[in-house]
Amino acid sequence: MIEIKSLTKVFGDKVAVDNLTFTVEDGEIMGFLGPNGAGKSTTMNILTGYLSATSGTAVINGADIFEEPNRAKKNIGFLPEQPPLYQDMTVMEYLKFVYSLKGAVQPRREHLDEICRMAGIDHVKHRVIKNLSKGYRQRVGIAQALVGDPKVLIFDEPTVGLDPNQIIEIRTLIKNLGKKHTVILSTHILSEVQAVCDRIVIINKGKIVADSPTAQLLSNTAGTVKYRAKLACRDVSTATRLVSSVDGVKAVTPAQATEEGISEVIFDTDPSIDVRHGLFNVLAEKGVALMGLENVSLTLEDIFTSLTVGKGAK
Amino acid sequence: MLAIYKRELSAYFTSTIGYIFMAVFLALSGAIVWFSTFFSASTSFANYFFIMIFFFIVLIPILTMKLLSEERRTKTEQILLTSPVSLAGIVTAKFFAALTLFEVTFLISLLNLIPVSRYGTVNIAEIISNFIGVTCVAASLIAIGIFISALTESQFIAAIGSIAVILGTLLVGLFSSSISNNVIRIVVKWFSILDRYVNFRYGIFDVSSIIYYVSISAIFLFLTVRVYEKRRWA
Repeated sequence: MIEIKSLTKVFGDKVAVDNLTFTVEDGEIMGFLGPNGAGKSTTMNILTGYLSATSGTAVINGADIFEEPNRAKKNIGFLPEQPPLYQDMTVMEYLKFVYSLKGAVQPRREHLDEICRMAGIDHVKHRVIKNLSKGYRQRVGIAQALVGDPKVLIFDEPTVGLDPNQIIEIRTLIKNLGKKHTVILSTHILSEVQAVCDRIVIINKGKIVADSPTAQLLSNTAGTVKYRAKLACRDVSTATRLVSSVDGVKAVTPAQATEEGISEVIFDTDPSIDVRHGLFNVLAEKGVALMGLENVSLTLEDIFTSLTVGKGAK
Repeated sequence: MLAIYKRELSAYFTSTIGYIFMAVFLALSGAIVWFSTFFSASTSFANYFFIMIFFFIVLIPILTMKLLSEERRTKTEQILLTSPVSLAGIVTAKFFAALTLFEVTFLISLLNLIPVSRYGTVNIAEIISNFIGVTCVAASLIAIGIFISALTESQFIAAIGSIAVILGTLLVGLFSSSISNNVIRIVVKWFSILDRYVNFRYGIFDVSSIIYYVSISAIFLFLTVRVYEKRRWA
């Protein structure tokens, strides 16, 4: 469990982290979002004891990181933005080093083998780190954080530099880890948060602008639910008119058609009304077939813009 | 702490730095033994040890230049600083790793003295006291080198800085006696690493000097810790 209370960090005259307060429960995966320079990494660095804070407290599993740093640090596995890898060591040498550095107590061989298996670096464990690809280095970085089986895991952009398959593997890994651990995960990628996190905290300019369960944030933030519909009619203006007439539909914009003889529109709807029944009825009445309907996911940009330009900016 | 010590020591040999240090040290040692004994028709090693110290201007920075600067540049210091090891522990581990490599090399270099013993009586007490003295000087210089390495991200700058500072601390001893103002001379002499070495040179085991060298080492290691503390709070 992580408890942060009015955490503030000032660099010179720049406030990097401004009175941050949040709690992450055991077995919770928290997505930590924000644009570059929002203070994500600074917060994580403070939590792990790499930086000090100007004021406020951070308690990791009952140990204050400022008062009892060694007890707190024993409970933390940290993957920084840039994995802290010694390039000249082999993966196994490096993990053994981390094992004794952290004063881990698990049986070494089994423990490290288990970690290599989980991080998917089993087959490269005797290779020198500098010869590994970026994706594998990132995994070694993740493996390093797991050594000693710490209760709290803090990952600063863990999927950067991985290929799509690896990203899925790492997300699955983190999701599994989240069952037993407290996890903080910083990222720019919304789909990652959707796939992995139970809760999202968004910060901007060092301040929290949103803190809520993932599903809730996604549905509430923009105030609308967005759909993209394909209709079997040649005329886009007809399609627009038909969709607009449905109860609950707000703004309709024609979109680029991808198939011959089919019009596409994107429309915002009132989240309190499910427009799909209405849409079906209207189209059935006019004899226009609905060729496709998809919920257009909000991007982090959308949410972020609405948060920062909306309430965050005042 | 032991983990850092071991890693640092093995890192000397996974990179080429450890080998370079040993090779240069041993080559210089051989040449200087020849020059100060056979060439000078002497069996005293006092000059040998004294001359060796001047080569520490280059040798010690080889050992210390990347100890902290490289960690900072590659951000590997993050794993050290976020692990349950104190700053003092990290700095001390690195200090002893460098000192260990120095001592091992220094011990090996003493083999150079064996041939001389065939041609005359060698003063064992002189060798022992010089050995202790040189070790003390080296330990102080390593601590200074580590401190400078903590100030920069570039091992090149760390090396140049250490060379300059070590050169300064050695030379200040040579010129301090010509300072006429008593107060200034005493203050300057305090910074002269070489001044306290004189007794060891003549075979005198001087406890107060050992305390001086241990203090110098401790002060610079402490300052190194302060540099890190300050950066954390910046």
